[in-house]
Amino acid sequence: MSAPATSRRNGSGSVSSGFTHRRRRGAELVLLLLSLAVGIGGYAAVGIGVDGEVPTNILGYGGWLALLVLGCHVVVRRTAPYADPVLLPVVSALNGLGLAMIYRIDLARDGSLAPNQLVWMTLGVILFITVLLALPDHRRLQAFTYTSGFAAIVLLLLPLVPGLGNEIRGARIWISLFGFSFQPGEVAKVLLVIAFAGYLVLHRDALALAGRRLLFVDLPRGRDLGPILGMWAISLAILVLQRDLGSSLLFFGLFLVMLYIATERPGWLIVGGLMFLAGAALAYQLFGHVRIRVLTWLDPFAYDSGYQIIQAMYGMAWGGLVGRGWGQGNPTQTPVPESDFIVAALGEELGLTGVMAIILLYGLIVERGLRTALVCRDAFGKLVASGLAFVVALQVFVIIGGVTKLIPLTGLTSPFISYGGSSLVANWVIIALLLRISDQARRPLPEFTGVTDDDTQVVRTR
Amino acid sequence: MNKPIRRMALVSMALFLGLLLNATYLQYWTADDLNARADNKRVRDAEFSRERGAILVNGRPIAESVAVDGQYEFLREYAQPVKYAPITGYYSYTYGRSGVEQTENTILSGSDPRLFVTRVIDMLGNQQPKGGSVSLTLNRRAQDAAWEGLQALGQGTKGAVVAIEPASGKILAMATSPSYDPNRLASHDFRQVQQAWGDLADDGARPMANRAAQELFPPGSTFKLVTAAAALESGQYQPGSTVPGGFSLDLPQTTNTLPNDGGGNCGGDRITLTQAMQTSCNVTFGHLGLELGPEAIAEQAEAFGFGERPFEELPAVATSDFPTGDATDGPLAAYAAIGQGSVRTSPLQMALVTAGIANGGDVMQPYLVDEVRSPDLDVLDKTEPTALRSGAVSPSVARDLTRMLVATVDSGTATAAQIPGVEVAGKTGTAQSGDGPPFAWFVSFAPANDSRVAVAVMIEDANIARTDIAGGRLAAPIAKAVMEAVLR
Repeated sequence: MSAPATSRRNGSGSVSSGFTHRRRRGAELVLLLLSLAVGIGGYAAVGIGVDGEVPTNILGYGGWLALLVLGCHVVVRRTAPYADPVLLPVVSALNGLGLAMIYRIDLARDGSLAPNQLVWMTLGVILFITVLLALPDHRRLQAFTYTSGFAAIVLLLLPLVPGLGNEIRGARIWISLFGFSFQPGEVAKVLLVIAFAGYLVLHRDALALAGRRLLFVDLPRGRDLGPILGMWAISLAILVLQRDLGSSLLFFGLFLVMLYIATERPGWLIVGGLMFLAGAALAYQLFGHVRIRVLTWLDPFAYDSGYQIIQAMYGMAWGGLVGRGWGQGNPTQTPVPESDFIVAALGEELGLTGVMAIILLYGLIVERGLRTALVCRDAFGKLVASGLAFVVALQVFVIIGGVTKLIPLTGLTSPFISYGGSSLVANWVIIALLLRISDQARRPLPEFTGVTDDDTQVVRTR
Repeated sequence: MNKPIRRMALVSMALFLGLLLNATYLQYWTADDLNARADNKRVRDAEFSRERGAILVNGRPIAESVAVDGQYEFLREYAQPVKYAPITGYYSYTYGRSGVEQTENTILSGSDPRLFVTRVIDMLGNQQPKGGSVSLTLNRRAQDAAWEGLQALGQGTKGAVVAIEPASGKILAMATSPSYDPNRLASHDFRQVQQAWGDLADDGARPMANRAAQELFPPGSTFKLVTAAAALESGQYQPGSTVPGGFSLDLPQTTNTLPNDGGGNCGGDRITLTQAMQTSCNVTFGHLGLELGPEAIAEQAEAFGFGERPFEELPAVATSDFPTGDATDGPLAAYAAIGQGSVRTSPLQMALVTAGIANGGDVMQPYLVDEVRSPDLDVLDKTEPTALRSGAVSPSVARDLTRMLVATVDSGTATAAQIPGVEVAGKTGTAQSGDGPPFAWFVSFAPANDSRVAVAVMIEDANIARTDIAGGRLAAPIAKAVMEAVLR
């Protein structure tokens, strides 16, 4: 399947893979059609399950979904022809499943979230296309290192602004603007990855080389601890001021992992892990809401606050191996089934089989993202790709792990499935960035075509 | 940077593997436990929108689910609700289940493993699974007689009746008074259900208590069956043996004496054991208690099934108790031997003692569920009679006891139970209960030589003068009516 190509070293010191990647756009198209069958089929099955008939607007809905997804495909084909062919279909399948579930919850509650979610998805797709069109090369983002970092911090602080910030379910992570609710943390997530990557590319040598060795582990110098201390403080501030356990864990974990990847020094993980443990222990001692989360996790039946997780567990148990079937369960018994607990709702109606499929789809996103990072030729791209991939992995682990009582429950959205505009839009941007990087990474290296002069070379870029 | 990226790929894989394993644990391993929890509304909702199996007596339902319009598709309806309430129990959205509704829930709701094939077929045919039905051993005529007998004593009567087929252990009748209407708890109008539950909980007469099986009372003179059995089994006594009678028994270690009920002299100072049974002579049986000792009587009581829960087909069935040690030490042994003091038994247990004697000494395992059927009426399970206690007394002792009890009905304290043309064996009892009214008891079986029914009747409280309460007067007519209903 691959044509032999010479192995070359590039500026960042990594080795490009030993073969030329093919474009594989045809494979992407086939997978996309499969994913549409999942999404539109799910939508039809919900109608049959709840009302006994296919929803009357199935053509309009299916057509719109197909238009969005195939539109993405066309844009990818034109602007990023070598991009990874699996990512877009996986995202399309997850988004379709989420839309079907939200529609199902609408039917149970007479709500109208599904059309909203479709609008948000449209916005996400528009942003996806915009990123691909406006950003021909991801390395341009490196210029915005400090801008992104600053923007991310402003976004994270916005919910604390009186009159703008909004407290929902105990966490102050929302802003209301012109009647819309927005979760700036989701967007900050993307900006932080760019900021971390830009910063680490510049400073990784200092962070990597200096230090002393203690018990087989290279520990960093005290003076280099500045950034990690800063990030730790920001994470703690999010935890304390916004009471948002999930985002706090997400941002700090993300920073730590990117630091480790940039420096190749596990010592940073140890230092960071200890800081995390110290922060967690401190938070447990000082803050009632953290303590309640942990106690509820250990024995949900002993506390009133266990109601959510108990209902989610009952739902998933009720679903069993193969689920009750679309429209046959009782997912609205669980609080916020359209958002934080949507995986529990899917587990109830699609069973363990469905949950496993969803987890594996997320796993594919992470795997393709990390693969992109591996084959990427520049350090900045590697860091951005691995950061984006890992932030998805961590977010999925925190929310699905929380819903299934593997870890204490913290409020985060399930990427692409949960109802919520900010999350959906931000995640579509993540995929656009990953596709852009993978296009660069998988694109064959420019070939030399005939040397006419020692000083001048004609370079064919495609 | 590729080495740490590969490591993070492994870390991510571990995280996702953790998610997969945990989801499997939750949705496969612990699913049954979570589904069985009482506050799991999903499971309850599903049960309420599914056709629950019927509870049948003589082929006709006493509890069945009927299709209704509204939030839930099926409503549980009880025919003759008050009469059968102690057996069916209730089936309520808010308050759960009791009685056979509880103990046979897996069959009735359709989740029993025995219904697995039916469930698969329903699933393949895309049909709502239905529950199986449960056919009870009860005899409608006997149950009618038992319930009407209790009702005839007037409003506010507290009492219970249990009838058993001695050869098999089938429970033929089980009535308790006062009772309640389970339809009021099965209603889908939850406000009214709450009201009804409140009324029942506040009622001092405790209408939801099953006095026949779930409560214990002093058995009074009906316990003399056990004492007599212990005496005969010891080999030292025959029905014709001469035993002390007279007006009262001197008790050891105390100046108290034990008189006869009503102050009689049992027909003389020296009488036969049969005469003592006929006159229900406290002096004789108190004497036997002292002579045999509490351990021997306790052993005999346990041989009849005391000290063990007799069956599990109703929830919370009471375990009867003949205590040893301090509670039956010294003079107390005499009181215990006549069913006073600290002896406690359920009417069901006294029916078992009676049925054991009627069945030649073998106490059969009592049972209520005769057959379990699939929704298609295929018999999935039929209960086979088994012995609860083999040889509680030897066949010859059982014969002797039967003759003594027949004599008691023919010309003793139990003449009220005579049935023309049928030889009846029976025994009265009147147990004192402190300051409250005494408990009137009657146990009997018929026909004496080939018994088809054994009955125990207990009247805790009836709206009549205290002096009128005696087993022979109050309880015997009910026992007689139940026996006639079975024999007819």
